[in-house]
Amino acid sequence: MADPVLELRDVWCAFGDHEVLRGIDLTVQRHEVVALIGASGSGKSTLLRTANLLEHVDDGQIFLSGQDITDPRVDGDAVRARIGTVFQSYNLFPHLSVLDNVTLAARVVHRRPRAEAEEHGRQLLASIGLAAKADAYPDTLSGGQQQRVAIVRAIATDPELLLLDEITSALDPELVGEVLDLVRSLKASGSTILMATHEMAFARDVADRVVFLDAGRVLEEGPARELLSSPREPRTREFLARVLAP
Amino acid sequence: MTAPATPGVPEPHGAGEGSGPGRPGRDGAGHGETGASGTGRHRPSALELDRRAFRKKQGYRSVAVSMASTLVFATVVVLVLRNTPGWPRVADSFFDLEAARRSFPLVLQGLWLNVRVLAVASVGVLLLALVIATLRTLRGPLFFPLRALAAAYTDLFRGMPLIIVLYLVGFGIPGLRLFPRMDAAFWGTLALVLVYSAYVSEVFRAGIEAVHPSQRLAARGLGLSHGQTMRRVVLPQAMRKVTPALMNDFVAMQKDVGLISVLGAVDAVRAAQIETSRYYDFTPYVVAGLLFVLLALPVIRLTDWYSARLRAREQMGSVV
Repeated sequence: MADPVLELRDVWCAFGDHEVLRGIDLTVQRHEVVALIGASGSGKSTLLRTANLLEHVDDGQIFLSGQDITDPRVDGDAVRARIGTVFQSYNLFPHLSVLDNVTLAARVVHRRPRAEAEEHGRQLLASIGLAAKADAYPDTLSGGQQQRVAIVRAIATDPELLLLDEITSALDPELVGEVLDLVRSLKASGSTILMATHEMAFARDVADRVVFLDAGRVLEEGPARELLSSPREPRTREFLARVLAP
Repeated sequence: MTAPATPGVPEPHGAGEGSGPGRPGRDGAGHGETGASGTGRHRPSALELDRRAFRKKQGYRSVAVSMASTLVFATVVVLVLRNTPGWPRVADSFFDLEAARRSFPLVLQGLWLNVRVLAVASVGVLLLALVIATLRTLRGPLFFPLRALAAAYTDLFRGMPLIIVLYLVGFGIPGLRLFPRMDAAFWGTLALVLVYSAYVSEVFRAGIEAVHPSQRLAARGLGLSHGQTMRRVVLPQAMRKVTPALMNDFVAMQKDVGLISVLGAVDAVRAAQIETSRYYDFTPYVVAGLLFVLLALPVIRLTDWYSARLRAREQMGSVV
């Protein structure tokens, strides 16, 4: 099991005087699904953005499959080409069709021939039941459909790691299910996933491990069911009591 | 690359961060050298200091490379210029230091007129353009004539060459003998305001339309009228969006101010022309041109700085 895809060692990140990450140590093993939980402002999104170098790191190291990606000699674009990212508000490109959204990175970054990329893209869209929408534009899709397209866009180039940043937070409740089902099937197919989430039930159900962030530090981590049902730290208990209260 | 925080400067933590149960001990996980003390900022590790030193070195290297390539480029340009067959004559009649010194005071005096015209014209343009842009956003059949007039205005003055507007305004309107005799600079200013307001009003309109409709809905949802919505919610956001474009138009106007010389106003260009015809030497034009560039540089730098700041704020510290 000791095959870490992502490893953060003592990662610090500050915006001006505000230290958002204050010494994060975190490991994600291959085929593992890790959920980040914590109040807003605890650093979940920043952590995800440092992991694909969309945010600078003020100290510490991040390893992607053993390579130190915080080394200033490393090409950030090449690192990001190996990681799939899904954002809270989908961030589909409105000027491209659904299929072009899905195939853009394969064609432009990975230099696959258009025909090959599109065949793969259509297969992926078919697998989420959106084959008929391939030539539609994103703004004609529902939020849940858009977010599923965004997930497919992220996995279209077979990334080593998937980063999911609160991907259900902008969705209507009745659309959350279809997106979470897709994440479940990704886990079943062996994807390595690090996700920030507010959905505790989902974290318990899908994540292998849950990491509780508090004020930029990992306060507690453990197997999902264990941590969510019997947290050790008072802060974790307090947080869970607040989000699980009806 | 984002500039790293100055190492070693102790600063207090943000509110609510430095105390309470949110600061557990970092249970000795093997990175002991980076431990933060209770009150100071995080002290960077040796590794991070190495990385900063490396980036700094990279920075020095790129400065050195850019200096070297600039030097090579400048040398090539100078060599090519000096080896052109007509260079001695051109150097004599365009870059004559004595002629430059002689004409400088008069050209500078002329530039002062340009600066004054520019100041008045830019205020005029801002006001007129805002009025026109607002007229064009009015809805409802009652306002059709105003809307149409504003549209016709922008069509006309964006299409017509500035120099023709200058002639028409500068020689035509005084010919009506409706107004008392005014200075040529006055009519020049008016022509500039007319032409540039047409451009700037379109910039404003683009900014107004770029404010997301949800902002308008939110304002109307609070009960604000169309006018209140424009003034309190839409225009402030639109202004922020179009400021770089406006500054760019300002720079363009800064040099077009020199065209008022065609009406006979003794500005920097006209002064240079007088000096040129007196000594059959074109150096005063070069002097005037350089002075205009010097005048524009601060605004150009300011525009760049402001756009960069705007972009930085929208990206919230992201590095791509």
